[in-house]
Amino acid sequence: MIALERREAPHPWASFAIPLLSIALALAAGAVVLWLAGVNPLAAYADLLGEPFGSGFGIGETLVKATPLILTGLAVLLPARMKLWNIGAEGQLQLGAIGAAWMALFTPIGHSAVAMLAVVVAGMVAGALWALAAGALRAWLDVNETITTLLMNYIALLFVDHLIYGPWKDPASRGFPLSATFPQGARLPFIIPGTRVHLGLLLALVAVVIVTVALYRTRWGLEVRVIGDNPRAARYTGMSLVRHTLLIMGIAGALAGLAGVGEASAIAGRLQRGLSPGYGYTAIIVAWLAKLNPVAVVIVAVLLGGLYLGGDSLQISLGLPIAVVNMLQGLIFFFVLGGEVLAGYRVAIGRRRVAPISTGSGAVR
Amino acid sequence: MSPVTAAVLAAAVRAGTPVLFATLGEIFAERAGVLNLGVEGMMLASALAGFAVTARTSNPWIGAAAAAAAGGCLSVIHAFLSVTLRANQVASGLALTIFATGMSAFLGRGYVGVPGSGFQSAPIPLFAQIPVLGPVLFQQDPLVYLSYAAVPVAWYVLYRTRWGLEIRAVGEQPEAADAMGVDVARVRYACVIAGGVLAGLGGTFLSTAYTSMWIENMTAGRGWIALALVIFATWDPLRAVVGAYLFGGVNALQLHIQATGTSLPTYLLLMAPYVFTIVVLVIATQETARKRLGTPAALSVPYSRTG
Repeated sequence: MIALERREAPHPWASFAIPLLSIALALAAGAVVLWLAGVNPLAAYADLLGEPFGSGFGIGETLVKATPLILTGLAVLLPARMKLWNIGAEGQLQLGAIGAAWMALFTPIGHSAVAMLAVVVAGMVAGALWALAAGALRAWLDVNETITTLLMNYIALLFVDHLIYGPWKDPASRGFPLSATFPQGARLPFIIPGTRVHLGLLLALVAVVIVTVALYRTRWGLEVRVIGDNPRAARYTGMSLVRHTLLIMGIAGALAGLAGVGEASAIAGRLQRGLSPGYGYTAIIVAWLAKLNPVAVVIVAVLLGGLYLGGDSLQISLGLPIAVVNMLQGLIFFFVLGGEVLAGYRVAIGRRRVAPISTGSGAVR
Repeated sequence: MSPVTAAVLAAAVRAGTPVLFATLGEIFAERAGVLNLGVEGMMLASALAGFAVTARTSNPWIGAAAAAAAGGCLSVIHAFLSVTLRANQVASGLALTIFATGMSAFLGRGYVGVPGSGFQSAPIPLFAQIPVLGPVLFQQDPLVYLSYAAVPVAWYVLYRTRWGLEIRAVGEQPEAADAMGVDVARVRYACVIAGGVLAGLGGTFLSTAYTSMWIENMTAGRGWIALALVIFATWDPLRAVVGAYLFGGVNALQLHIQATGTSLPTYLLLMAPYVFTIVVLVIATQETARKRLGTPAALSVPYSRTG
């Protein structure tokens, strides 16, 4: 008989080796798909992996792409700590961009001295409210948040379309669906000369520190982790599931909203289509690969940000769509999931043993 | 009944058909205890497979077979991860959707804008002449008729056969099923694959019957809508019909309002099906809670003999 037996403790080296091996295998599987589709995988991978980390410019652009991934990654991670699946970071990001655009373009504050701060706040509030809608349905009416947050992504994207094709369309855009450009004072500044690395990266790193401290050094963080481990026990001790759900979804939405602020106000300078190539979905992989550890989110976000940058250069040199990156991300996710299981278990043949009772490894719900 | 109303109702049935296939498929997977969030991805990949094979062979049935196979093959990945490796089902399903969405956009880049062929309307003799019902139900294409057949078959299999009993047992109490000699893993694999095949038919309907073209991300969230409708349907194939056609109705009505040249903004109208699905999900959740119509007890819980 062949069975999977849970290891008492995974090998110490396994926590590094297994994810790296998983990523390598995912890239190998991706190479097969590329080759079958008539694309030279070696040329594709040279672009994909060479561009992001091969030059100073590349590293800067990698950080640009990592910024929204850190923030949306946190937006998935925090609710996941309570076994809530926020699959709506993409939509919350869009709402952040909408909030920022509204403040910058349609209020007198957009031209004032506090424009930048106001834009950041408006984007975070918009993202928070968007996530709270799903959070409230979950907290009070027990509606599956996975599906509502996801469907709201489609609504958010259509809302952006509505605004830029309709009421917010810039008359000077010659028919293109774009909002007007943000006033200079409402734009997040670039912080490293010669790159597009913007203030958002700094804010994202601050968010990582705050989230880490809040999760591991406060009573609130303890309660969140207890609820995540055992919601029933948490209720007996008098913790309010409703309050925690609302708060954590609100914070998550605010963080994803901040990602949208960065994309709209620093990178694009306006509200437009395609502000995100799917950062909110990649965020799920970021949070998972980071094993729900906020500090690890930074590392994973930089790696996957680099993959996005490689995807850009792939688009230029080989004419391949950015979808190649999504495909590879999906494969990486598969292999890491499989690898995690194999890291936590050993394959036992012809031996029987009583397996200890355990909760899954890093499993969220 | 005015011809316009009949046309809208017929359009509602057509718009509901792809989600109906996908919902029926997911009901099987979830009844066996496996949540598959990969439906959206399987539908997309199958839409491309169906379109591409139909374009090459000029035979939409071969296209549909290829689409069903594509959905089935992708679902095997999810089954392997979630049943054999006992990985987290939510994560595995999301990975499947991310992978298949990207892959379909990549492999489909040569098919964008290519004119396609596909299923033609095939009125059923006699039935098509029935007033009201005829134009709405029986002047459709063959895949729609296949979906009519799939509903009672699904219901019969689930509630009136030994297989159905085993499936429900595996989804409710895998330990007990195992003790009765049911191979839990085999049943789960079969149901997840059946789910993939049905999602595949839904996907190919979109690209070879509902429209005759391939567009990146053309499912536009229908896979997620199907997941919501499974809850609305309380895991019952007959109620899935109601949910799917309600969704189709909102979709058809929204298109009809657009076509009549309203002052309502297009993009706000396009939101209607998603908003509607969320509302339906909220109502259904309250109803299932009140009537204690339940989620399969072992849904999304990996099963292992020793654990």
